[in-house]
Amino acid sequence: MTDQNTTLSHHDLETPEKPFLDANELVINMGPQHPATHGVLRVILRLDGEKVLGLECVIGYLHRGVEKIGEHRTYTMFNPYVDRMDYVAAVSNGLGYCETVEKLLNVEAPPRAQHVRVILTELNRIASHQLWLGTHALDIGAITPLFYTFRDREEILKIYEKYCGARLTTHAFRIGGLQYETYTGFEKEVRNFLNFFRPKIDEYEELLTTNRIWVERTKNVGAISAQDCIALGVTGPVLRASGVKWDLRKAQPYANYKNFDFDIPIGENGDTYDRYLVRMAEMRQSVRIIEQAVDALPEGPIIAKVPKVMKPAVGEVYHSIEAPKGELGYFIVSDGSTQPYRVRVRPPSFVNLQALDLMCRGQLVADVIAVIGTLDIVLGEVDR
Amino acid sequence: MIAKLKGAYGSGIEPLTYAGQNYMVVDRSLIPEILQVLRNEEQFDYCVDITAVHYPAREKQFEVVWVLYSFARNERIRVKTQILDGVSLPSSVPIWTGANWLEREVFDMFGIKFDGHPDMKRILLPDGWKGHPLRKDYGILQQDNEWVQINLGIESGQ
Repeated sequence: MTDQNTTLSHHDLETPEKPFLDANELVINMGPQHPATHGVLRVILRLDGEKVLGLECVIGYLHRGVEKIGEHRTYTMFNPYVDRMDYVAAVSNGLGYCETVEKLLNVEAPPRAQHVRVILTELNRIASHQLWLGTHALDIGAITPLFYTFRDREEILKIYEKYCGARLTTHAFRIGGLQYETYTGFEKEVRNFLNFFRPKIDEYEELLTTNRIWVERTKNVGAISAQDCIALGVTGPVLRASGVKWDLRKAQPYANYKNFDFDIPIGENGDTYDRYLVRMAEMRQSVRIIEQAVDALPEGPIIAKVPKVMKPAVGEVYHSIEAPKGELGYFIVSDGSTQPYRVRVRPPSFVNLQALDLMCRGQLVADVIAVIGTLDIVLGEVDR
Repeated sequence: MIAKLKGAYGSGIEPLTYAGQNYMVVDRSLIPEILQVLRNEEQFDYCVDITAVHYPAREKQFEVVWVLYSFARNERIRVKTQILDGVSLPSSVPIWTGANWLEREVFDMFGIKFDGHPDMKRILLPDGWKGHPLRKDYGILQQDNEWVQINLGIESGQ
């Protein structure tokens, strides 16, 4: 070690073209088992000191062959399988699948069912973003929000449990509508939750938004431009934080969203801080939607007339919804029999994860963790 | 728009509609060109999904599907092409960067190669796996026993 090493300053870290004195590229494995990779994700980092020159994601550790299974189950039997893909936001997966099959069968869920679907899906969005906030903050080092966000998530999961019996893999919807009528006290509990939750978002913002450490760790970290997002196919809060005002709930409305009044929050720089702000604002908008939905809940049947043995006509349909992570799409090909011929799930986390390489170039190792957290991936969905 | 494309390419394109969704079946020979035209001139700048379906009963067994979306027109369209077993397709990665992993998955699950792809290797299954699971001739309980034996050392209960 010569004396020259001690005169290196932190400025050298910030200029990506200037390597360290004895620059050897170091290949380090951030293995599938890691506390901060949000599941079994393996990232192979090429480092120059602590600076990331490039990375490669190895996925497939949680591949369960869901698409193959889909070809061997009837439409109704496949419904519980879709919850297990994005296990954090199971209700959204169910909504996408049920709506796609309803398109194939050419039925439409009755208004009451669509309304309750919106309420449950938006509660799901809040739950998913709460889990995101807790784990993302935890990875960065802010341990406190985790406990509070999980407490709020508990309240939502209690509502789900009372409604359909399951907290996490809810299987809440059926093809054609809902199976269960909302329980007595559903609206009251949802309203109580909203009143309880509204000030909480402000509390979490107070903890983090102007916190110097948080801002230092998230501003200008993992920035991605709108151009790159569109070229890579990235959707969801990541795309909105880069400045593209696009949300499938407004662009191609499904399930009654046309009747509700809400905004689409966008960011400017596309960095981690903006993605954080966008998701916090989305939670506020979700509260707004649920409020409107609960006030206007119509009466009526909860399931449409769907044949017991479902045999859709030969054809294929692609339908997508705005899941909390991005555009979740289902491409189902029917050959006229009771089982789908091909079920393709277009997972938002899989496509968003492609952007990881671009977002981490020239950043430090610690920023890789922050970026993985901010992309909000769920390996169950990436691998299916 | 479909009429314009049909006028330019004649019999190579067959536009269809099902359940209110537009899609077109395109000849294999037109493939990189049609996708280029759709992206550059018709503004389909977001490649939503690339997938394939296996029809063993047909002569042209595989049907590769591109789902594209245009922000400017707020329109979604599907482009399909039918190919024989073993035929490879030109990669769409030069057109949409996001096609990278999507094409790798089609290769992994079906065995359809994409020429010009920067990194054509398996993505979800382990690198040494033999077989392409989403093909119809791959059993639901089938797995690459050799790979499992060497790498995991377990006798599968199936």
